[in-house]
Amino acid sequence: MMEITEGSHAVAEAVRLCRPQVVSAYPITPQTHIVEALADFVANGKLDAEYITVENELSALSACVGASAAGSRTYSATTSQGLLLMTEVVFNAAGMRLPIVMSIANRAVGAPLSIWNDMQDSISLRDAGWLQFYAEDNQEATDLHFLAYKVAESKEIQLPVFVCFDGFILSHTYEPIDMLLQEQVDQYLPKFDPAEKLDAKDPISFGMYATPEYYLEFRYEMDQAQKRAKDVIAKAGKEFGTMFGRDYSALTVGYLLDDAETVIVAMGSVCGTVKDAIDEMRAAGKKVGLLKIRVFRPFPSEEIAKALSKVKRVAVLDKNISLGAKGGATAIEVRDAMYGSMIPVKGYVLGLGGRDIRKKDIKEIVSLCENGIGDQFYGLRKELI
Amino acid sequence: MTLAVGCRARPGKSRDNKTGSWRVFKPSFDHEKCSKCGMCQTLCPEGCVHEDAEGFFDPDFTYCKGCGICATECPKEAIAMNQEEK
Repeated sequence: MMEITEGSHAVAEAVRLCRPQVVSAYPITPQTHIVEALADFVANGKLDAEYITVENELSALSACVGASAAGSRTYSATTSQGLLLMTEVVFNAAGMRLPIVMSIANRAVGAPLSIWNDMQDSISLRDAGWLQFYAEDNQEATDLHFLAYKVAESKEIQLPVFVCFDGFILSHTYEPIDMLLQEQVDQYLPKFDPAEKLDAKDPISFGMYATPEYYLEFRYEMDQAQKRAKDVIAKAGKEFGTMFGRDYSALTVGYLLDDAETVIVAMGSVCGTVKDAIDEMRAAGKKVGLLKIRVFRPFPSEEIAKALSKVKRVAVLDKNISLGAKGGATAIEVRDAMYGSMIPVKGYVLGLGGRDIRKKDIKEIVSLCENGIGDQFYGLRKELI
Repeated sequence: MTLAVGCRARPGKSRDNKTGSWRVFKPSFDHEKCSKCGMCQTLCPEGCVHEDAEGFFDPDFTYCKGCGICATECPKEAIAMNQEEK
C-alpha cells in the first residue's frame, strides 16, 4: 500500500510487521524517531513485544543478545556513538551467531562531535561478523529489514545484520513507500525458529570460551557463513521480488554500466545524486555509469570484478576514512577486488560529517578520475588547512 | 568433536578444554628425594597431583598447566621444571 512516510517511521512500521518479540534500544539522533515509533506501537497494543528500556546502548544490545539466545526475534537500532558504545556486544552477538537485526541511521563519529551523516560508524565495525546492507532510498531501507530477518535467521547463516541508511538524508525525509501488509510479511517471513535456545530444562551456554586449539576454527566458521550468505541473500531477495515485485537478489546494482568508460562505485543515498549527475553527463556525451554496493558484508568482490571488467577507470566514493590507510574502506576493498586487472581504481573520501555531495561534485570527480587524479579527500576547504 | 555453531555448549563441555595444553614448563618428580609429605598435592591449583599405592606423588599431565607451584613449595627440592618440547 502506497503511503507518504518519513524514513524512520517507514522503518519502524517494517520492523513492526516483522513481529519482533523483544525490542531494546536507546534513543540517539538521528535514530530516535524509529524507536519512539516502536515504543508507541508497543504501548498502543499495535506490536506484541517486550520493549526493554535501558540506560545505554551497551545494555540495549546486551538485552537483545539475551533475548535472542532465549529464542526471541529481536530488534535494536542505533547510530554513531551509540554503535561504538555497543562494540563489545556487537562482536559477541556475531560470535554467538544470534540473528539480531539492527538499523543503523548512519552518522559521523566524534571527536569532533557531529550529528550529521557519513558512514564511519557501521563501516568501522565491518570486521565484527554482522552482515551489512546499505539502502539507497527509503523503499530499500524498508524492504531490507524483511530481507535481513529472512537471511539472518536462515539456519545456514545464523548471523546478525546491520540495515544501514543515511541519517537525516533518509531517516528524516518523507518519500512515497510501498508498505507491505501484515499478511504479506507473514507469508514471506515465517516465525523465528531458533536452532538452539536458552532453556532451563535443557541447559546450554552461548559463546563459551575457546582455547587456542578451537578459536581459529570458530572464526573460520563465521567467515564461511558470511560467504554462504551471498547465495542466501540472492535466494531470499529473489523470493521477495517474485512475491512483491522488488528484486533484492543482487549484492551490487549497475546503472548504465553496459558501455560505461568511467564507473562510480558508491553506497547509500548518494547513489541517487550520482544517477542524476550521470544522466546529465550522458546527455553531454560522457559514458559514465554507477555500480551501487547494496551488500557490503559479505563483500561482493567477484561481482564487482565481473561488473567492472570492461570499464576504463573506476572512481570509488567513500563517506568514511580508514585513517592512516590508503583512503576509505570501500576504495581499498574495491581495489582488492580488481587486483590484477590493470584498470585504475581511484578513491575519493568526501561528505564526511554531513558535508553535502552535489551533482557538480560527482562531475568533478569523474573529471579528476579521467585525469588519473584520486586517492585523496575531495572537497577540502583549502582556506582552513 | 565438531564445533558447535556460536560456541554453544551443554553442561560438561569444559572437559574438552584440557589445561595441559597451556604448559610451557613440565615438572618431573624425583622419588629418590621425595619425603612423601604431600605438599605438592595440597597446593596444586589444578588438583591434578595424585598419590600412588606406595605413597609417592605424580601429576596428571592432561591437566597440569606447568605453573611450578609444586616445585617452588617442595621442601626436598624433589621437583624440577624443564621446558617442554612440543
